[in-house]
Amino acid sequence: MFKRFVAALAAWPLLALPALAQDEPVGGIDATINQIFADYTGWYVALIFADLPGTNFSWIALWLVVAALIFTFYFGFIQLKGFAHSIKLVKGDYSDPNDAGEVSHFQALATALSGTVGLGNIAGVAVAIGIGGPGATFWMIIAGLFGMATKFTECTLGVKYRNEYPDGTVSGGPMYYMVKGFKERGLPGGSVMAVLFCFFTILGALGGGNMFQANQAHSQIANVVGEFPGFITGIVLAVIVWLVIAGGLKSIAKVTEKVVPFMGIFYVIVSLLILIMNYDMILWAFGQIFVGAFTGLGVVGGFTGALIQGFRRAAFSNEAGIGSAAIAHSAVRTKEPVTEGYVALLEPFIDTVVICTMTALVIVITGVLNLDPETGLYVWNSEAGRISTEGEVQGVALTSAAYARALPWFPVLLMVAVVLFAFSTMLSWSYYGLKAWTYLFGEGKVKELIFKFIFCVFIVIGAAASLGPVIDFSDAMLFSMAVVNVIALYLLMPIVRGELDHYVKRLRSGEIKKFN
Amino acid sequence: MPGKMVVGYDGSPAARRALDYAVAAAKAQNASLVIAHVLEWSPYSFLTKEEVEERHMRRTQELERAETHVIGPVREKLEKSGLGIETAIRYGHSAEILLKIASDTGGTQIVVGRDGNGGLAARMFGSTAGTLVQIATLPCTIVP
Repeated sequence: MFKRFVAALAAWPLLALPALAQDEPVGGIDATINQIFADYTGWYVALIFADLPGTNFSWIALWLVVAALIFTFYFGFIQLKGFAHSIKLVKGDYSDPNDAGEVSHFQALATALSGTVGLGNIAGVAVAIGIGGPGATFWMIIAGLFGMATKFTECTLGVKYRNEYPDGTVSGGPMYYMVKGFKERGLPGGSVMAVLFCFFTILGALGGGNMFQANQAHSQIANVVGEFPGFITGIVLAVIVWLVIAGGLKSIAKVTEKVVPFMGIFYVIVSLLILIMNYDMILWAFGQIFVGAFTGLGVVGGFTGALIQGFRRAAFSNEAGIGSAAIAHSAVRTKEPVTEGYVALLEPFIDTVVICTMTALVIVITGVLNLDPETGLYVWNSEAGRISTEGEVQGVALTSAAYARALPWFPVLLMVAVVLFAFSTMLSWSYYGLKAWTYLFGEGKVKELIFKFIFCVFIVIGAAASLGPVIDFSDAMLFSMAVVNVIALYLLMPIVRGELDHYVKRLRSGEIKKFN
Repeated sequence: MPGKMVVGYDGSPAARRALDYAVAAAKAQNASLVIAHVLEWSPYSFLTKEEVEERHMRRTQELERAETHVIGPVREKLEKSGLGIETAIRYGHSAEILLKIASDTGGTQIVVGRDGNGGLAARMFGSTAGTLVQIATLPCTIVP
């Protein structure tokens, strides 16, 4: 999901604001709310997204990339050494047949992925390439590969410190490992951090996980069928979400959960098809990506421009370090917490390294980016601050244009995909938000309904209004989750190391055996 | 050596016919019975987040229900018959699991019922009896 809102985050001044501005008639109240939010929260948003002095590289992106590097080295390149084992776990090679009927590793991975694969893989990549050139892809892949170690760390902890209740249900996530893990290591402040994390999660769920989704879903529908008031989309979505999360209409959630993975698979297949159709250009495209990674190919900012865009996109896109994946994975019943970490490290790989690269290759190969035939460099549109393209589009529209060159019917499919991805992201984040909510306020039917109602109200607001500063603020909340979560990960990583060493030892000695 | 018959049983009319047949056959052959109930389950299906969270609880409930409503009554009824009775409740693909149970318990043949619906659904998704016939490594009896 993260990709989705992040996609627009980078494209904020270019894409999201105009999209929001279209709904201006809703008017007066928006302006007031915007003003209030801007006045009181603007400083916080500015702080979270502040660039490092003398660069246009935000410190929060560096924070996530550095964390990924540290975890990679600390766990001895677990994403390389453990990759084959991850695949075997997902295949079920180590699953005890007597546990059949419990959630399998494959199901855990698929459920977590459906919350992360989405618009970011479609739009975020286009934004990165549009601004940073094809070379951004290279850095995005590198950052995605390192992010695998972050996911490994947080998901292992999520399972290890979850709460199990007498009725058999489980609750877990950063708030639980902050409290229990800190206590185990004799560190202070665990409960304060947990409360902070939950606070950020609730606001992040309402913003990036909700308002932004509703807003993008509406603008995408409006793109295809023509302009109409956003509150209509908002109310329809809100009613459906309400029926699912409060009305117990599980069948819609089930259908979404089954359709979204196929959407993702279909997207990859279509991409591969286009690549096969242009097989003679694949090597050239990789060449552009590698050369562009170090020279920029005429992109303003050159090598650093590509690096910054790629890192930003990946760091923001695979949700590694945010803590949401730890909530999703902790519900899985497994005897070994480390196995869940192994499975989770595949997420950034599938999401960033595989799917994002597909989008990138198609955009480069189909030639939607204007190339100067004489110099072999990309034509820079300095007014828009990005590479000149056919029709001067970017974001989702750029991806759509690239795919439409090969397959004219693709934009319609893309609309369906965007709406479905937005919907499944809302369901995922309503879950994360509710977990944080019940952690703070306790469980109970009424308390939970209050959160669910607020959540649905925000869908209507998100789809109908132009609430730039409000959404900026909730985006800042999501990154705040990462600040708190990564600190906890640093403090608790020796515990994960202990778990890993113990597991690998038993794996080698044959104590943990293969069943298939 | 007396045989051991593995009977696929899910409480349906077809399964009852299969069981009746197997009981009669077992008596005649001095064989024992394994009454097997398979809960259809694929580790490769997709679940929602709530389903993931509640899965363990649901599994426990499903196993209880299978025991009290499907397998339990049959065990009680057959206890007086003097036949050797074993029971098994497992998750997985029906035909595969029946074979697995047969090999785990030393079964010598498998008995399943068939509901006789040769419709489109059966053609598309296959039936337990049909699959069993394809993959079985033991003699199978299909009771219509």
